[in-house]
Amino acid sequence: MGTIQTNVTGDLSEELQLVQAAKRGDITAFEQLVKRYDRNVFRIAQHITQNREDAEDVVQDAFLKAYQNLGQFQGNSKFYTWLVRIAVNEALMKLRKRKSDKTVSMDEDVETEDGSVPREIADWSPNPEQQYKQSELNEILTKTIQGLPAGFRTVFVLRDVEGLSTEETAETLGLSIPAVKSRLLRARLQLRDRLSRFFKKTKLKNGDKQQ
Amino acid sequence: MKCTDFLSELNDFLDGSLDPKLKAELKEHLVWCHNCYVVCNTTEKTIEIYRENKLYELPDALRTKLHQAIMSKCTKVKQNPTK
Repeated sequence: MGTIQTNVTGDLSEELQLVQAAKRGDITAFEQLVKRYDRNVFRIAQHITQNREDAEDVVQDAFLKAYQNLGQFQGNSKFYTWLVRIAVNEALMKLRKRKSDKTVSMDEDVETEDGSVPREIADWSPNPEQQYKQSELNEILTKTIQGLPAGFRTVFVLRDVEGLSTEETAETLGLSIPAVKSRLLRARLQLRDRLSRFFKKTKLKNGDKQQ
Repeated sequence: MKCTDFLSELNDFLDGSLDPKLKAELKEHLVWCHNCYVVCNTTEKTIEIYRENKLYELPDALRTKLHQAIMSKCTKVKQNPTK
């Protein structure tokens, strides 16, 4: 069984130099940080808000807030983790506003067995994603992840897509480590269940040729 | 080991953050339990697919537009920090 590696974006010492320069008022250094992380922030914002305009606003607001509050960044965590925390808060505010939904919460109680047990056990075809064109695959992946509750979706995106550690995800979302782990397991299992519909091995009918 | 025990350790198993003894027990379970084997493989594949096919790529034109907006706001803040 392979180990799932997480990636840390960028060179940390170089990043720290950019942050220090930006703190001293070097705006081009801050621009380098924007270029380094704008794609990640946009993706996280779009995953949480599920709305393009909101995601655009979140990217702008998050970087502006980061710039305004650089003095408060102590360097105890990575700049990226600090930035993501700002972006996630902005995105959740947008989501709550648009949905007028009080259930959009990171710390809601999810201590139920629902969704924690796999229902679909069928094995998948080898390289199942290759059965679909890229645009079809993107649509399947988008619809599938959109069906998850916001709390699960956010944990999955930060942890598994953006490569934050469990500890960083917990810190970013203001959750305990067990709470992150519980949400991550449910998110992974629910996505797996839902994707099985598209990716499971199909039984050959009489007359069909094996590919 | 029961399947529910395996499932409760699945995250750490996939993330490679288990102690070697427990990892060996989980691997042993996978040898004879086909259901857990399938769930484990397809969950790993789920993560891999989402990681490799990143959704919501930022288009170049929008990226340029956002950059300009961000830097223009930051410049204003720098020039006029009280506002």
